[in-house]
Amino acid sequence: MAQHAEGSYYVPHDTKWPMVGSLGMIIMLASAANWMNGSAMAQWTFWLGLATIIFMLFGWFGEVIRESQAGLYNAQVDGSFRMGMSWFIYSEVMFFAVLFGALFYARALSVPWLGGSGTGASTNELLWQGYVPMWPTNGPGNLGGEFQTIPAFGIPFINTLILLTSGITITLAHHALIKDQRRELVTWLAATVLLGFIFLVFQVGEYKEAYTELGLTLGSGIYGATFFMLTGFHGMHVTLGAIMLTVILVRSIKGHFKPKHHFAFEAVAWYWHFVDVVWLGLFIFVYAL
Amino acid sequence: MSSDIIHNEQHLAHADHDDHDHKPTGFLNRWVFTTNHKDIGTLYLVMSLLMFLVGGVMAIIIRAELFMPGLQLVEPDFFNQMTTMHALVMVFGAVMPAWVGFANWLIPMMIGAPDMALPRLNNWSFWILPFAFTMLISTLFMDSGGPAAGWTLYPPLVLQSGTNFAFVVFAIHMMGISSIMGSINIIATILNMRAPGMTLLRMPMFIWTWLITAYLLIAVMPVLAGAVTMLLTDHFFGTNFFNAAGGGDPVLFQHIFWFFGHPEVYIMILPAFGVISEILPTFARKPLFGYGSMVYATGSIAFLSFIVWAHHMFTVGMPLQGELFFMYATMLISVPTGVKVFNWVSTMWQGSMTFETPMLFAIGFVVLFTIGGLSGLMLAITAADFQYHDTYFVVAHFHYVLVPGAVFALMAATYFWLPKFSGNMYSEKWGKIHFWLSAVFVNVLFFPQHYLGLAGMPRRIPDYSPQFADFNMISSIGGFAFAATQLIFVGVILHCIFKSKVRATSAVWAGSRGLEWTLSSPPPHHSFTTPPDVTQNMVKHAE
Ligand SMILES: [Cu+2]
Repeated sequence: MAQHAEGSYYVPHDTKWPMVGSLGMIIMLASAANWMNGSAMAQWTFWLGLATIIFMLFGWFGEVIRESQAGLYNAQVDGSFRMGMSWFIYSEVMFFAVLFGALFYARALSVPWLGGSGTGASTNELLWQGYVPMWPTNGPGNLGGEFQTIPAFGIPFINTLILLTSGITITLAHHALIKDQRRELVTWLAATVLLGFIFLVFQVGEYKEAYTELGLTLGSGIYGATFFMLTGFHGMHVTLGAIMLTVILVRSIKGHFKPKHHFAFEAVAWYWHFVDVVWLGLFIFVYAL
Repeated sequence: MSSDIIHNEQHLAHADHDDHDHKPTGFLNRWVFTTNHKDIGTLYLVMSLLMFLVGGVMAIIIRAELFMPGLQLVEPDFFNQMTTMHALVMVFGAVMPAWVGFANWLIPMMIGAPDMALPRLNNWSFWILPFAFTMLISTLFMDSGGPAAGWTLYPPLVLQSGTNFAFVVFAIHMMGISSIMGSINIIATILNMRAPGMTLLRMPMFIWTWLITAYLLIAVMPVLAGAVTMLLTDHFFGTNFFNAAGGGDPVLFQHIFWFFGHPEVYIMILPAFGVISEILPTFARKPLFGYGSMVYATGSIAFLSFIVWAHHMFTVGMPLQGELFFMYATMLISVPTGVKVFNWVSTMWQGSMTFETPMLFAIGFVVLFTIGGLSGLMLAITAADFQYHDTYFVVAHFHYVLVPGAVFALMAATYFWLPKFSGNMYSEKWGKIHFWLSAVFVNVLFFPQHYLGLAGMPRRIPDYSPQFADFNMISSIGGFAFAATQLIFVGVILHCIFKSKVRATSAVWAGSRGLEWTLSSPPPHHSFTTPPDVTQNMVKHAE
């Protein structure tokens, strides 16, 4: 019998969770499409689909956690999981890169062109006469009406501090985990979760202010579109990250993680740092500049 | 004998766990809940063949309408739905899943692993696709009909779509999720599951090309997802990304789409390069010429693919510096591509060649793909592109790289490895007939389209002016014959799997080298339960 340098291979057998996930996905997305097309029924099936996906995630990860607790995973499986998570985060980076790209394109190229710079002289002369390019803008059509922006050094700055602090607390939690100090681990992790949810509460308040007092909406031209899409997708990722943090908090309380065996913790920590870095980009390019 | 494979708890509970070739029983367990790389590979390949036929029927409708000038068979709007759906189905449903199918089958066998790194994720990567394509194709039966703005989905036209629009966007999201998960799995497998001694520069070219393809997929599928998400919010939620009145720009969509779109063409062709680099040495009975330069050329092509996207947009209005940059960057790609063609020809040089069907398709690929590459070089010249843009010349160009390019390589791969997968030999006679008819009719089909394009016939129209009639008729005849020829392909595959009496040996071919040929034909359920020790003389490209 030959011995593998890495130990033995792990090959799981049949699994029903992916099919549950696919069914949830098709129910959710087909319903979403029908909902957008005006079907009243579809919003109920949409939630059914989403619930199915959540059920799948609990079931699938639950199975993986049980196998991990049973000691079935060796260093090689751990390595595969790590690569999987890193490349998943990379795909998320590329998704945000598109939205940032749209923002940079509008600010550096298309808005100045509408104002007549570069090759845009005739566009400005014939189509949008008198439009003066600026940022923020809702375009030469003044779409969505007059609006004001959210000042960077108010709530957004506080939110920056909150996320940066949460990056520190999760690192402290990680150090505690490596030293096998479970009480410190739980404390710092709970602090991270709390900071995550405070961030979200502030963000919701900011949106409310934008819509009710500042006149800034999704329809406020290219500024409103890039502002809400970037901060909105980031907010969705913070929500997901906070839920993931809550899950590993519960698992920490249960004592699942060992100083040398805690991939799930690290995966969530990576994800949280990623969300953090995206926010820094947002703070600089959406709010401050 | 104890095993090097650990199964999950239920399986550990069985005491008599010695037999390793235990395929799961029952349809659901074998195919729907499977985590086996070969069974998932088969699912991908079967779905891809089905989609190839569906997309082919759409192409026949297009060619039938274009057989003569004037409107004969279909409404113009339905014609537009056919061109749009033909592209979406062929790109996302036929070519890409086919390559993932081969990746699934071959990567563990070529690197000496029992299976893919993340087998459950592998199942999900596949099983999203049938739902995605059901949703996409179902739009044809909606009151609005299917999407009709072209597969490139340019706004503002695409924003005028009716009921189908949201369904198309979500179908694309699902395909993207599937591709990203599949690619994550492929990268993790290649980097983490190689047998001892299988160093990076001992990996077969197919592994290298797929590693780089998977990277491209993870990098650009989220970009496409972002682009269609912005379309969705522009359509339904009042954003103005692509509306100049709001400070947006429809051209922004084109930039984002082609930032995905150009790497996408390499996603379809890089695995083909890998397959050709496997087949030519086998039948020339010589190691691959210039293995190292092949690896670097593949990497260079992938890098360049990110900085050439605007060659699709020369005529939409860009600053002159932009036009020039994208022209030169595009032409630069011909350097690494030329390295590859040179290496393939040098591999055959003074080889003792035999011409079994996979070799015929591989040589057909080298010759005909190069024609597509050269017409691409013509299109890359900005000034000339103002004449060629949106004409049949473009259609001829990308069909040359995709049909006698990617699709011929897929057929070559099928003939090359099907005996390994099924354990049976296919009919060499019918394989050769399939090749020769395909090779002739693919040229009858697409070559005249060069002339049509140079003469100014625009693409994506159901009617045309009478001076284009003759070449269109020739092209359509070639199209019908090429389509009919593919029924032979289906027949040869079915015969090989279910009827053929000739058993394949482990090596299958006289000149075969590499790990996959050391396994039995068909291979055991878990490819390598104990990792082989890879030594220099087991490496495909070793002298
Ligand atoms: Cu291109």
